[in-house]
Amino acid sequence: MTLIKKNITIKNKLGLHARPAAIFVQTANKFESEISIKKGNQEVNGKSIMGIMMLAAKKDSKIQLVADGQDAEDAIEELSSLLLSDIEPEQKGKR
Amino acid sequence: MLKGIAAAPGISIAKAFLLDSEEFVIQQRHIPEPELAEEIARFEEALIKTRSEILNIQKKITEEMEVEHAEIFNAHLLVLEDRMLIEEVIEHLKKEKVSVEYIFMEVLKKYMDIFSKIDDEYLRERIIDIGDVGKRVLKNLLGKQLETIKTQEEPVIVVAYNLSPSDTVTLHRKNITGFITDVGGRTSHTAIIARSLRIPAVVGLENATKKIKNSDLLILDGTEGTVIINPDKQTLKKYIEQQKKQEEFRKRLLKLKNLPCETLDGHRIELSANIEFPEEIPAVLQHGSEGIGLYRTEYFYMNRTDLPDEEEHFKSYKYVAQKMSPNPVIIRTLDLGGDKFVSQLNIPREMNPFLGWRAIRFCLARPEVFKVQLRAILRASHFGKLKIMYPMISGIEELKKANTILKEVKQELERKKIDFDEDIEVGAMIEIPSAALTCDILAKEVDFFSIGTNDLIQYSLAVDRANEKIAYLYEPAHPAVLRLIKNIIEVAHDNGIWAGMCGEMAGEPHFALLLLGLGLDEFSVSPIVVPAIKNVIRSVKLEDVREFVREALKLTSGKQIEEFTKKFLKEVVSY
Repeated sequence: MTLIKKNITIKNKLGLHARPAAIFVQTANKFESEISIKKGNQEVNGKSIMGIMMLAAKKDSKIQLVADGQDAEDAIEELSSLLLSDIEPEQKGKR
Repeated sequence: MLKGIAAAPGISIAKAFLLDSEEFVIQQRHIPEPELAEEIARFEEALIKTRSEILNIQKKITEEMEVEHAEIFNAHLLVLEDRMLIEEVIEHLKKEKVSVEYIFMEVLKKYMDIFSKIDDEYLRERIIDIGDVGKRVLKNLLGKQLETIKTQEEPVIVVAYNLSPSDTVTLHRKNITGFITDVGGRTSHTAIIARSLRIPAVVGLENATKKIKNSDLLILDGTEGTVIINPDKQTLKKYIEQQKKQEEFRKRLLKLKNLPCETLDGHRIELSANIEFPEEIPAVLQHGSEGIGLYRTEYFYMNRTDLPDEEEHFKSYKYVAQKMSPNPVIIRTLDLGGDKFVSQLNIPREMNPFLGWRAIRFCLARPEVFKVQLRAILRASHFGKLKIMYPMISGIEELKKANTILKEVKQELERKKIDFDEDIEVGAMIEIPSAALTCDILAKEVDFFSIGTNDLIQYSLAVDRANEKIAYLYEPAHPAVLRLIKNIIEVAHDNGIWAGMCGEMAGEPHFALLLLGLGLDEFSVSPIVVPAIKNVIRSVKLEDVREFVREALKLTSGKQIEEFTKKFLKEVVSY
């Protein structure tokens, strides 16, 4: 079992909101590891869309990604690259 | 005593059964320990059902629209599968031991609250998505509740915030003896269905769901629009007697069943019934109706996630045609939109649904859906006397387009050598003022007009018929409405076609007199109202009624005309 933590600054224009959050959660759920995200003194389940949306992490907010489990390393790698990239092109104004 | 809007006549005395519905007065029903597992299973089942519904919608949208729009449902699905949320609900359920729909809503509300406080517009908008998902799950949870009411033996009066037409239909069971709702007006669809099923109903009571508790004994007077909660002995006795009297009166009227519908001076008037389901045919025949003047077909599309196929339509139409033969049956083509929605047709929610993409407008835009129904009607026309009627015609272009599509379907059937009635009559519903004013143009394209008063009144008086605050403005006898009706009937006769009415107005005895005097050829009313209207028509001379209408039209307000009409009714019709 491995526990990996990584500090990340969100680069996605809209932050971690509905659609980006959805993509994040879908990706997180591919892994066996427990995934969580910390922001300030808040910690939420990374496999829960409600949790992630509650974080309301905007562009440039600093978060800590935590993965605990056998595939923690892969999880951190894939999820952090997701967060560092533009998860999706600009969607503003559309539902 | 609570006072609301009288929606369906009759007295019902039974215990209250509170039903949680749309805008949610959700009960905190206690769940005993041994039933907790079942409650959790019920929750999970609702989640699974909701999931497959959303997947279905998503699939449809992906097929027909942009993939982007479908993606929003991914977030919906994730909310449904959200472990944090589900675990929280189950945890609370075990702790608080109350019905899961209550807890689910509490948890959802908590999240929505948190989101609404976060300073982020985009995120705040997502609250709507969560609310959507919540409503869907709730609907499925409450669907189960509807099941429990069906298996209940004791007669009950259903009390709800609102009943969707499909709820009302689902609730069509022997043990339901009355409907009470907080919202709605006399002509809301629910009220119409209640009348057709002969179940007394009072609507628009505002806070009935708060004042009435489960198992309270209720007296519901659907004629007066009143509800009495836990009455004393004396009151109870009075109402039981009244109930008996009404029943006797009804039986007396039923004796008219086999007598012709004609005036004292020998003018025959066609008297037919409005129906929604084939199951109403026995009631139609029992009340002595001569045909069906309006067969609503929206029911096919409700309570399901896919579209009905041609065989389904055909089977029902054929059944009705055969049962009613040789009498005519007028089938109204799909009239969805407005207050009737189904998800599988992807009619978007609109700001002004009654002025929006509905009925014939929808059918012309989606001919593939329209043609399925037309084919079924034509095929069934071989087995009886069917007629086709288009709803919501606003002008000649629509009528011509609809007829062109009908012609295409006819040609297709001819090619395939399938039997149908080549001379099937086609009519237009006249329910939009523009159609009423240009009916001389429309008359050239159809065999009959049927006046839909509910919409005609609401459109010409600009009154939302379900809004309790302005319900008083909904005046069928308003001079504007009467002038439109007069014009429609006269133009029809000038063009050698007939004019009928399938709106609620035709089923009110006093208004029926007005319409008779204006020259209406056909009255189509709720099956249960048929005897009362026949009684009115058989009690008068057409000559006298014409004279009365000439006088009535000289009056200047709807109120005056209505009073004058009621007075006349009392003078000429005996009960």
